[in-house]
Amino acid sequence: MARQKEPREIEIIDLNPKKKNTSTKQKPKKNTSNTRNNSYEEKPQKENKTSRNREFAVITYGFLALFISLSVYFCYFLVFQSEDFINNSYNARISQLSDSVIRGNIISSDGQVLATSTVDSEGNETRSYPYGNMFAHAIGYNSNGLMGVELDANFYLLRSHSFILNQVLNDLRDVKSQGDSVVTTLNASLQEAAYNAMGSFDGAVVAIEPSTGKILSMISKPDFDPNSIEENYSMIALDSESSVLLNRATQGLYPPGSTFKILTALEYLNEGGSDLDSFDCNGSYTSDGYEIHCYGNKAHGTESFLDAFGNSCNVVFSQVGLSLNLNSFSSLAEQMMFNTTLPTKLSNVKTSSFTLEDGASNSLIMQTSIGQGDTLVTPLHMAMIASSICNEGVLMEPYIIDGVVNDAGLNVKDYTETEYGNILTSVQANQLETYMRYVVTNGTASALQSDSYEAYGKTGSAEYTSDKDETHSWFVGYAKSGDKEIAVAIILEGAGSGSSYAVPVAKTMFDTYFGY
Amino acid sequence: MLHLLVTISKYTIMIMFAIFTYDCFAVLRRGIKPAKRERMYKKQTTLIYLILLNANAVLLCSLMDFRIIIMTFAEMVFIALTMLIYRKMYVGASLSVVNNMCMLLTISFIVLTRLDIDKAIRQFAIACVALIITCLIPLIVSKLKFFNKLSFLYAIIGILGLGVVAIAGSTEYGAKLNITIGSVTIQPSEFIKILFVFFVASILYNWEELTELIYATGVAFIHVLLLVASKDLGGAAIFLVTYLAMLYVATKRPILLIGGFAIGAVGSLLAYKLFAHVQNRVIAWLDPLSVIDDQGYQVSQSLFAIGTGGWFGSGLGEGMPDKIPVVSKDFVFAAISEEMGGVFALCLIFVCISCLLMFFNISMSIKDQFFKLIALGLGTIYGIQVFLTIGGVIKFIPSTGVTLPLVSYGGSSLLSTMIIFAVIQGLYILRNDQESEIEDGETKRTKRNRDY
Repeated sequence: MARQKEPREIEIIDLNPKKKNTSTKQKPKKNTSNTRNNSYEEKPQKENKTSRNREFAVITYGFLALFISLSVYFCYFLVFQSEDFINNSYNARISQLSDSVIRGNIISSDGQVLATSTVDSEGNETRSYPYGNMFAHAIGYNSNGLMGVELDANFYLLRSHSFILNQVLNDLRDVKSQGDSVVTTLNASLQEAAYNAMGSFDGAVVAIEPSTGKILSMISKPDFDPNSIEENYSMIALDSESSVLLNRATQGLYPPGSTFKILTALEYLNEGGSDLDSFDCNGSYTSDGYEIHCYGNKAHGTESFLDAFGNSCNVVFSQVGLSLNLNSFSSLAEQMMFNTTLPTKLSNVKTSSFTLEDGASNSLIMQTSIGQGDTLVTPLHMAMIASSICNEGVLMEPYIIDGVVNDAGLNVKDYTETEYGNILTSVQANQLETYMRYVVTNGTASALQSDSYEAYGKTGSAEYTSDKDETHSWFVGYAKSGDKEIAVAIILEGAGSGSSYAVPVAKTMFDTYFGY
Repeated sequence: MLHLLVTISKYTIMIMFAIFTYDCFAVLRRGIKPAKRERMYKKQTTLIYLILLNANAVLLCSLMDFRIIIMTFAEMVFIALTMLIYRKMYVGASLSVVNNMCMLLTISFIVLTRLDIDKAIRQFAIACVALIITCLIPLIVSKLKFFNKLSFLYAIIGILGLGVVAIAGSTEYGAKLNITIGSVTIQPSEFIKILFVFFVASILYNWEELTELIYATGVAFIHVLLLVASKDLGGAAIFLVTYLAMLYVATKRPILLIGGFAIGAVGSLLAYKLFAHVQNRVIAWLDPLSVIDDQGYQVSQSLFAIGTGGWFGSGLGEGMPDKIPVVSKDFVFAAISEEMGGVFALCLIFVCISCLLMFFNISMSIKDQFFKLIALGLGTIYGIQVFLTIGGVIKFIPSTGVTLPLVSYGGSSLLSTMIIFAVIQGLYILRNDQESEIEDGETKRTKRNRDY
């Protein structure tokens, strides 16, 4: 092996030119071997190594800065951003994970198993849902496509943070490792109580913890049994009339009915109206040939604006509506997240709509003011409005996945609440709280009076056909006891008045939640 | 059992590559004894063989294609031959650069075998041809004296070549890059960028008059414009940055560097306004998932691959790199990251950095201004190309359709990069020859120890 001349590649670029100057050795005799290069000698300033190094330092450090940022970004992507990409339904790699991992369990916040997988002796995996229909839309299913938590947490359920030696042993024996469990924010006992209280009505229930945005309960009816979805899928999916697979809580668009009076009242107060403004109600009101009735044609007589809210008086609210500035009414609706994508961590949430332009006909203004007209909302949206009123105007983004734990129950990942910001000022929230409390103490939701909590809300009976007797029954509100709070939105399709049908469901939920 | 082999191998390959990468930098430290440095180079070379053997063993078991056995043998002979050329034929070549080149080629062979063994075979054949062609380059560079006299020739070939592509080139992914002659498709800009460096160096190495700067700048501008006309914006960026770096070192005027980048920024903005193809790349960069069915598909698939592979990778053959469009060329980094892991991919970036540092270091220590500028220009081409391709793949910058030198599939790219490496080796040997002449005299007089 020939002895090599030691290459001088050790000379890492030195930013300190002075030190360099003293340590470099060959200054003399530049032209001994340099026959073709004249410029070097001709331009004496270039002999100065100090300035020669400066350009190289600029270029080298420029490139180093580029590459270091590149590497840092790469690490940042892997640590913080990659999960958003991995958990995308377009990522074909996820389904491959199920070859080596048993799909993890889905657990309620109170420790109940909502979904679990069992493996038979031949290695076939079966997904089962112990609660059957009760969590059908919230938890979803994992066949014929994905839905609900099964969809949103798909990646986490298919990852295993099982003890590393277990995983290696499983690898060796060619058996699957146990996937991580996903802990939801859902409260199983609350869900059960609400589910039963809804009875045979179609509709939806959403309950949110206002201070965090945790979804405590989410129900949609008609429902299905996720245990047998695979066999019955075509039958269920083809039934377009009752749209069983639609999660009405997040995707059902309903007329808000009188629950919308929360916004009308706020706009009236914003424009200088007062609780004590006095009105007369003889059961109906006509403008431009369009007549509006109070529910059941009831005449409320002389009443204050606060009374009118408590009584859900259509006559007063349609009159008030005609006096409002439509532009600022529209911008209030937008501020309350109509016509915008709701800030939530859930997938497939529909956008609520509100349109009332300058120059709208009186009849449309009157209808819109009492929550009819063209306005459509999702139950989730109404629950979010109630939640922000309860939370002094601050909206927390609703979420349903609370964390991920491994098969030994150790935390793998925690989700924290996200604040969306104020959709109301705290003054406005307090004003509305007074009004919604009045509905319970003196109005249509008096059934919610309780010693163990304070309830607030607004009932609604939303007409959805030309037949005025057929109405959806609404309740939107919240309840507090000490530090504990819960906001709900309930709709029962075609049930009748809000106070007779939706309010009892709310009462059951509040009673259950506060352990009455 | 296969799964176990894949899983164990992904860690062993990663660890071996991490050691290799560490040595890339450790060997550059001052004060290492020559014998120790020699041992480190040998260790690096051994690691290259081991990584190749380990990876090809995994690929053989998972693909069950017995051509892999022959390939492995041929590839090892190839590496041995390369080592032989640079250790025996060119005593004094930079072994660090040789090792890095062989390592990057080995990674290329592995990942191409994984993606498409036919492509791997073709790439290997091109590498063999390239090795034969380039093994003479260091000799030519260090012996022929007239390279600095041919500026006009470089400019004419460059402009004509790019002009032909702009007019008659075939369009691929929105850009005109290639010329097909018979059954051979070549990408002329891969070679013209080397001529371009020679052109710029031959004008700037002894410039005295402003007119010379204007001439060089004008010709550079025409090159860049022709590339923009071919919608090859990655190529335009490479030429522009290379020219600015050489101009800055030749003139020592920071204002030219800053001004040049300002013009480049305005140019990019104009390109964004003018070309839908540029807008699409930017849209895909800002939020690929929102346009996943359309412009964002490729970048999204790349990020799915990198993200799902994670730090340790899925293991060779266990991922789905085929889902990424053009994976063997522009997006080869995503395939590497997915199956061999983020740690491996990060080490790959660092090996490229180590190459770049060596190039600049060689350039800095060359006294001949012409060769100094050549080394600087070629180093800049290499650096900016690595940055553009990896940056595009990981969504750090909009994707520009540039290949990863030595790793991506493609004959023109491979051959031109091997030429760049060989030219730099030639310059390195030349420099050492000059130095030893000086030092022989000096050592006799002073007998002082070398300070490194």
